Amino acid sequence: MTSWRVTRPGIFAPCLLLLLLPACDGPQSALAPAGREAELLADLFWIMLAGAVVLWLAINGLMFYVTRINVGHMPRRLAEGIIIGGGIVFPVIVLAALLGYGLTLMPLTRVPGDGLRIRVTGEQWWWRVEYWPEGAEAPVVAANEVRLPSGRRTDIELAAHEVIHSFWIPALGGKTDMFPGRDTLMTLEPLTPGVYRGQCAEFCGESHALMAFQAVVLPEEEFADWLEAEAAPARPPSGPLEAAGQEVFLAQGCGACHTVRGTPATGAVGPDLTHVGSRLTIGAGTLPPTAEALANWIAHPGTIKPGVEMPSYDELAPDDLAALAAWLEGLE
Amino acid sequence: MSAISGDPNDIRRMSGREIADARAPEGPYPPTDEMLAEPMDPEVSRAQAERLRAAWKTPQGWRYWSAVNNSEVGLWYVLTAFFFMLCAGLLALAMRVQLAVPDNDVLSADRFNQFFTMHGTAMMFLFAVPLFEAISILILPAFMGARDMPFPRLSAYGFWCFLIGSVFVMGSLLFNAAPKAGWFMYPPLATQDLGIGSDIWLLGLSFIEVASIAAAVELIVGTLKCRPPGMRVNLMPLYAWYVLVVGGMIVFAFPPLIAGDLLFELERSFDWPFFDPERGGDPLLWQHLFWIFGHPEVYIIFLPSIAIAAMIVPTAAQRPIVGYSWIVLSAVGTGFLSFGLWVHHMFTTGLPALSLGFFSAASEAVVIPTGIQIFAFVATLMVGRVTMSLPMLWIAGALAIFTAGGLTGVMVAIASFDFQVHDTYFIVAHLHYTLFGGMVLPVIGGVYYFYPFIRKKQMSERMGRWAFWLIFTGFNITFLPMHLTGLLGMPRRVFTYPTGLGWDWLNMVSSVGAFVIAAGFAVFTWDLLRPKGHQPPPPRNPWRAGTLEWSHNIPEEAWGSRSIPYVDSRYPLWQQEKIVERMDAGRYYLGDAEEGLRETLVTSVIDARPVYVARVTGPAWITHLAAGFTGAAFIIPTFHIYWPAVVAGAFAVACIIYWLWTSTARIPETEKKDVGLGLTLATYVAGPKAVGWWGMWITMLADSTAFAGLVFGVFYYWTSNTAFPPPGADFAEPWLMAGGAVAMVASWAAVLGAREINRRGRTDIARMALVAAPVLAGLGVAGMVAALWLPDLDPTSHVYPAMMWVLVVWTVAHTIAGVVMQCYCLAGTIFGKIDPAHDADLWNTCLFWHFLCLTAIITALVTGLLPRVL
Repeated sequence: MTSWRVTRPGIFAPCLLLLLLPACDGPQSALAPAGREAELLADLFWIMLAGAVVLWLAINGLMFYVTRINVGHMPRRLAEGIIIGGGIVFPVIVLAALLGYGLTLMPLTRVPGDGLRIRVTGEQWWWRVEYWPEGAEAPVVAANEVRLPSGRRTDIELAAHEVIHSFWIPALGGKTDMFPGRDTLMTLEPLTPGVYRGQCAEFCGESHALMAFQAVVLPEEEFADWLEAEAAPARPPSGPLEAAGQEVFLAQGCGACHTVRGTPATGAVGPDLTHVGSRLTIGAGTLPPTAEALANWIAHPGTIKPGVEMPSYDELAPDDLAALAAWLEGLE
Repeated sequence: MSAISGDPNDIRRMSGREIADARAPEGPYPPTDEMLAEPMDPEVSRAQAERLRAAWKTPQGWRYWSAVNNSEVGLWYVLTAFFFMLCAGLLALAMRVQLAVPDNDVLSADRFNQFFTMHGTAMMFLFAVPLFEAISILILPAFMGARDMPFPRLSAYGFWCFLIGSVFVMGSLLFNAAPKAGWFMYPPLATQDLGIGSDIWLLGLSFIEVASIAAAVELIVGTLKCRPPGMRVNLMPLYAWYVLVVGGMIVFAFPPLIAGDLLFELERSFDWPFFDPERGGDPLLWQHLFWIFGHPEVYIIFLPSIAIAAMIVPTAAQRPIVGYSWIVLSAVGTGFLSFGLWVHHMFTTGLPALSLGFFSAASEAVVIPTGIQIFAFVATLMVGRVTMSLPMLWIAGALAIFTAGGLTGVMVAIASFDFQVHDTYFIVAHLHYTLFGGMVLPVIGGVYYFYPFIRKKQMSERMGRWAFWLIFTGFNITFLPMHLTGLLGMPRRVFTYPTGLGWDWLNMVSSVGAFVIAAGFAVFTWDLLRPKGHQPPPPRNPWRAGTLEWSHNIPEEAWGSRSIPYVDSRYPLWQQEKIVERMDAGRYYLGDAEEGLRETLVTSVIDARPVYVARVTGPAWITHLAAGFTGAAFIIPTFHIYWPAVVAGAFAVACIIYWLWTSTARIPETEKKDVGLGLTLATYVAGPKAVGWWGMWITMLADSTAFAGLVFGVFYYWTSNTAFPPPGADFAEPWLMAGGAVAMVASWAAVLGAREINRRGRTDIARMALVAAPVLAGLGVAGMVAALWLPDLDPTSHVYPAMMWVLVVWTVAHTIAGVVMQCYCLAGTIFGKIDPAHDADLWNTCLFWHFLCLTAIITALVTGLLPRVL
């Protein structure tokens, strides 16, 4: 499969590359691929870029030549040759070759998965994530973070609750839209363990900009361990402060919207919080998972994420808020 | 039977032969060299000029605003579109300020979303498309030596509609109530939007789209029928070809969007679930309808600018264009291909790989005609001796930018690559490269080029170069980095972004560049609008161009061409000796206005042989009233108030009827007149020779396309939804539906019969047919409505009954229009507006009914029969 694949761009645009490579890095960069699909598409990009630069220089060089350097009358036959050669013959050949290459990539990005299935549902503005290991009867439910085993092809089933979203982890592969009432499917094969960032790519309303998530690629065994831990119920409060926090949570009726497995909270409107403390971010990629940030979020969700459905709890006593935040931070 | 076969030639042979013969042109044509060389008596010429000047005099004082002449309406149109471009540009600047640094809060999320929605909406609907129509209205008649567009009041009506609609849509920003679901308005986000923003978008823009289609109809008819004698299609200035192609694209591209708007507004206002998946609807249907419009839209914007380049390049090279036929073929080819590309806006919606492959290939294929056009310009510059004039500088800059945008277009047309960059800043960069290179820069080049023609003054060379370099560098500073921003993962339409993703410096650079662009536009705007009273008039043909617009008089005369020339070359000013001198002397056609009426010459579609003299309409206020009421009919439902809207609509119809009755298809005082060079032409024709008939024909093509969009919806639901119609659903009453359709066909037959009988002189029987026709039509729609009413087909319950109802509602609305037209004809026969020899209105009504009859039959089949067999 890879025999004909042109390895990294160095061959094509060495100088440009030297300039740009440091700028190409980033946790959400399509040019710093960490997965099979992203790698194929990054290669495709570099090849097309090199071709585009050459063609741009050729066309505009010709234009410059005829309008500034050789402004005299040139033979008409040559001019007509330019129309036919430049307008028809050359593009037909180049585009046929490009289509041949570009379209053969498509099946490679759509090879079906080999085990795990993840179902991600776009909500406003967060991600409901369900892990369905092979043969599982019920999913392991999480939110706002997608963990994937490296070296395996994972099927990702996409859906949306109210409006259209788009699921995208640039470092791992292209995006696919998520629709209400219609499932779409994509497959990702991450290669390099690490933490990458994904983001909603289809405008989905007021806080579209704040609908992100972390994609954590783990070596296969580590992933299996993590999934097992994720399937377990929440750990009991580790101290009096945390216990008080849990009480606040239940007393305030948070369980009407949120589930914390192992407690009476079984709401399904908002994100599952069973292991919220082990996530790398809260608020769908918006804040760090610290107690301060959690307290801030609970008190002012609408300030942090305009239009969010969660009501603000700024009337909570500071002690209660601190206890609640401490308990949530401890839900690892 | 053959009398109602519909072939106008047969009919003429059978009945109105004498009339047709009597109206045929008489006298020598084409004119010989001797005839043209014969000098004009200067006294006669002066008297003619005096009469012409009086007939075409622009109204003065406050009455100036009642003008309908293309030179006034076109100018207002251009300036209005330009104003909205500046507004949309300011929105962009505000967005760039917000995005200059991460986690910024200059704009709230809500306001930012309104701003980007309105930036796209305004640039597309209030600037790019109207500007093409505005420029064309302003200069197209001059390219063809015509006096005016064929329907001046229609242009004026279109302009006032556009102005009202755009102020309404744009003004919503001031009330913080603007649309905010993106210029593409994807449901369910936009259907669920609680404010009135989405309604403003849907109704306001539908209103503007109707005006756009009206202008397109007029431009097409103008190009086909108002060319100077002798200007066969293969001699038309390339600009006219592009007008024809782009006009045709508007006629077929806008209606699907209007159909989509209709479904959308029915869902928002009356809860008909077209896009609601819970009740069988599908949000993807909107995406299809939107992009079937949206992609041709891109070329609707791009081709006119190529057209401007096609006028500037030969002038810069001082020689005729090389590859005229190649360019025409490519323009037509681009037009066709552009309708087959829409899915490339939907590559990430999870469509099957086969569709993606097909649309990838089609998207790449469009490179070829585009490339041919560009290389034809390069070829022209090669064989000529190029003067790098200011307009040519803008064109060269445009080429540099456009080719970059085109090459990234080749990249994103590869579906798999698009999976990465779709909806990122890479696309923002790509589309701005194509639109600046393919629209903004050539248009500004065109403004510099045509300014001496339009205002009879000149813009500043120095400021023009400043503006160019500021806009050109500013543009690249802003948008070149965005390619990388997108590849680094920044999605579009985000009001902010966190730091640490490598986007910070790129966004800062883009924001700085945006202000450089703004500085360039400030220079350009000042140069455009600054008072130039002290300037001496420019030379008549300052660029030494070869096309007819440069024959216009200095100082300006409102008549356009002093006399309408005989043209037998592509560049008459280069290739036809003494043409300007003879035009000035009134040697050619219509050099006089004996009756004091505004007239222009109508010629045949292919060969441009003179056919008749069209009396075009003059200044009027009725167009303002009609536009105002039409506006109210569209705007009031935004607030979910319907009865006043219906009343306003009725007033609008009344105004339009008054306007048509008093100023169109009037029986002339003389059947034929001498138009000069010994040629005598008719002053009244009916049927396919008349411009009005062509206007109706093209309007109905657009209208049928919208209907086809609705029918497409039925089949779309059927293919995409396994339960359409849902199991156990009721069906329409088949016999009532069939009976309704039969009554509609009978009504059509009655109106067609009325036309034939009237031609034979039996006006009394024709009147009886015209009394029967509306009654039959009423029975027809009553049957069709009852066929859906009686069974349990609640349009809010499921998309299937909603779709059935929308087809019937469409037919009913058109039947109301058809009945109004039948009654208009009946009144015409009673009050002497229509007689056996003057029946243009009957012809046009029949044409409308051909389409309506077909619509009714299709509606009956799709609602009455199809669901039973699916």
